[in-house]
Amino acid sequence: MSSRVATHEHLGRPIRGPRALTDDWSRFWHLTYNIARNEFKLRFFGSALGYLWQLVRPLLLFGVLYVFFTKVAHVNNSNLPGQEHYGAQLLGSIVLFTFFGEATSGAVRSVVDRENLVRKIQFPRMVIPLSVVLLALFNLALNLVVVLGFTLAEGVTPTLTWLELPLIVLTLAVFATGIAMLLSALFVSLRDIQPIWDVVSQVLFYCSPVIISVETVREKLSPTLLHLYMLNPLAVVFQQFRHAMVTHATISVDGALGGWVAVLEPLAIVVAIFAVGFWVFNRSAPLVAENL
Amino acid sequence: MPAQASNAPPPILAESVTKTFRVPEQRSHTLKERALHPLRRSGHESFRALTDVSFDVRRGEFFGIAGRNGSGKSTLLKCLAGIYGVDSGRIWMNGRLSTFIELGVGFNQDLAARDNVILNGIMMGLSPREARARYDAVIDFAELREFEELKLKNYSSGMHVRLAFSVAIQVDAEILLVDEVLAVGDAAFQQKCFDVFNQMRDDGRTIVFVTHDMGSLNRFCHRALLLERGSVIHLGEPHEVADRYLELNFGRDPEAAGAARDARGGDGEARIVEAWIEDESGERQSSVTQGQRIALKALVRFAVDVEDPAASLYVLNEEHVAIVVATSQRENERSGRFSAGAQALFSFAMDNVFAPGRYSPLFTLAHRGTGLDLMDRFDGAFTFVVTGIEAMGGVIDIPVEVAIERQPLSATERVQA
Repeated sequence: MSSRVATHEHLGRPIRGPRALTDDWSRFWHLTYNIARNEFKLRFFGSALGYLWQLVRPLLLFGVLYVFFTKVAHVNNSNLPGQEHYGAQLLGSIVLFTFFGEATSGAVRSVVDRENLVRKIQFPRMVIPLSVVLLALFNLALNLVVVLGFTLAEGVTPTLTWLELPLIVLTLAVFATGIAMLLSALFVSLRDIQPIWDVVSQVLFYCSPVIISVETVREKLSPTLLHLYMLNPLAVVFQQFRHAMVTHATISVDGALGGWVAVLEPLAIVVAIFAVGFWVFNRSAPLVAENL
Repeated sequence: MPAQASNAPPPILAESVTKTFRVPEQRSHTLKERALHPLRRSGHESFRALTDVSFDVRRGEFFGIAGRNGSGKSTLLKCLAGIYGVDSGRIWMNGRLSTFIELGVGFNQDLAARDNVILNGIMMGLSPREARARYDAVIDFAELREFEELKLKNYSSGMHVRLAFSVAIQVDAEILLVDEVLAVGDAAFQQKCFDVFNQMRDDGRTIVFVTHDMGSLNRFCHRALLLERGSVIHLGEPHEVADRYLELNFGRDPEAAGAARDARGGDGEARIVEAWIEDESGERQSSVTQGQRIALKALVRFAVDVEDPAASLYVLNEEHVAIVVATSQRENERSGRFSAGAQALFSFAMDNVFAPGRYSPLFTLAHRGTGLDLMDRFDGAFTFVVTGIEAMGGVIDIPVEVAIERQPLSATERVQA
């Protein structure tokens, strides 16, 4: 019976099994958006301050770090250039790092935690890590409003370089997405990813110019080590934020790396991590329902 | 049988579908395990779940997929739904697909009905606008209007199922893949489900239905497929499939005897060695007269020490409907301890109220508890015939007292007359 009809050319839509992406991009987007939206609603469900916590959390961390490092530990050497508006620099970096942490750590367990969906519904698997990144982006948008308010309150005058902000966020988001795809796919078969990533993201926090500015780091490191330090995409993102958004007195990324061409190196790392993350996720997507 | 347009491709066409699962012998999930046992990773067993499965489903057809547990029927459904990829072979679909593998997948207990209904609709392939537009219809069908603000965790399980089912059927798919979702809910809800599916079928939708309930297979399906160990062993009329299924399960078919021996079921801690039917005088019979006392008996031998075994009897008619089900657990939950080598006779005595016809008894022997933890399952290898003078057409003939009484008319009715 089937051999009779099999001779026809148009048999309909072939069913190929689960994949990372889809042809139906509007469904892909609606799913990603609605999952992120529901998670956002749930995040502070039942708490008195609701999503104000999303603002309060980085502010509290900022408050502690600010008081400790300016009043107690004196990490900012005021003889160096670019130390004014340290508060705005610190808060901006913390908020950007919070986004990175939420997007990546949140993605680690995401596919496994949604086992029920993965095993019972056909949908493009990439929706899962992307919805985690999107949720973190919602929070970042809220937090950036506070950061901009704080920056203006500190007396920073807006300049044309503020237009770089979308690019800075985009670079960070692409980097975070690449890692999110990679981690969520690896975690399915290797459960060590979670503790490993907890440690790695801590290391990244201290290896990036969040608390200590690049100027201070430059004092201590040899040019080669400084170059290595600046290869970290997070360093590029945070430093460019400080330079473009807070004060031009801080060194720009191309200054720290020695020219715009060298900036392509950390950007290449971002692209490479994204590509690897995509490749790994794409490769594991068809089998993820069976391997869970 | 619904007519099929000659040129249109069938809604579902599967060609030589083969699916193998790789089952790691020892799952190593952590680095330490991998570091300590680097060789273990190579230990993969492959498990062939489907072998060369081909079939097509016609438009407007209610198509059944039957098979025992582990025969591959759910795997086949998941392959059709695109949840599992196939190793070789191809599947084509014509029309919008909706999958009912489980009701309420992705429901979030902390959200109210509205958010869940819309997200579930999008999951099933609706656009957010369509999902929002259908929300009212969903809530009304589920009869949950007054509870729509409630978080799902405050719903009763019945409300939960109603909501999930209403969402699922609001998706106007042309092809529905239905796993045994109908096993949930009470009888009234199951009936409602089947009413809906019948309505959909009458609307020209195509429904693929996975089941091991031969009753619903016979009642609803136009055609059916029987899977056994991942291969199609029969494709045709539902009653033929049901017959083959019961042969497989109860080992009556010599061809399937090998499979049936394995499938005799149970852990074998006790075996039913013999079963028979006796008439009033205690004689073994192959035919019994209606109205008499009869007793169905099973002789059991215990291979190991067993505490409180329970035996159950199912008397199936020619349509494989269980007319009588009885269990020793009802009266004797604590049947006592039987040591290895001991024998016991379980006896089920009753009035013969069966309608005239042929019956096949099935005995099961289980450990105390739910009755599902089987030690043995035995078809008795015999059938018996019930003879009677008159067959009224019911499945049983119990004594009925019929009376006719004239009623005086009331005053108002007299006036109207």
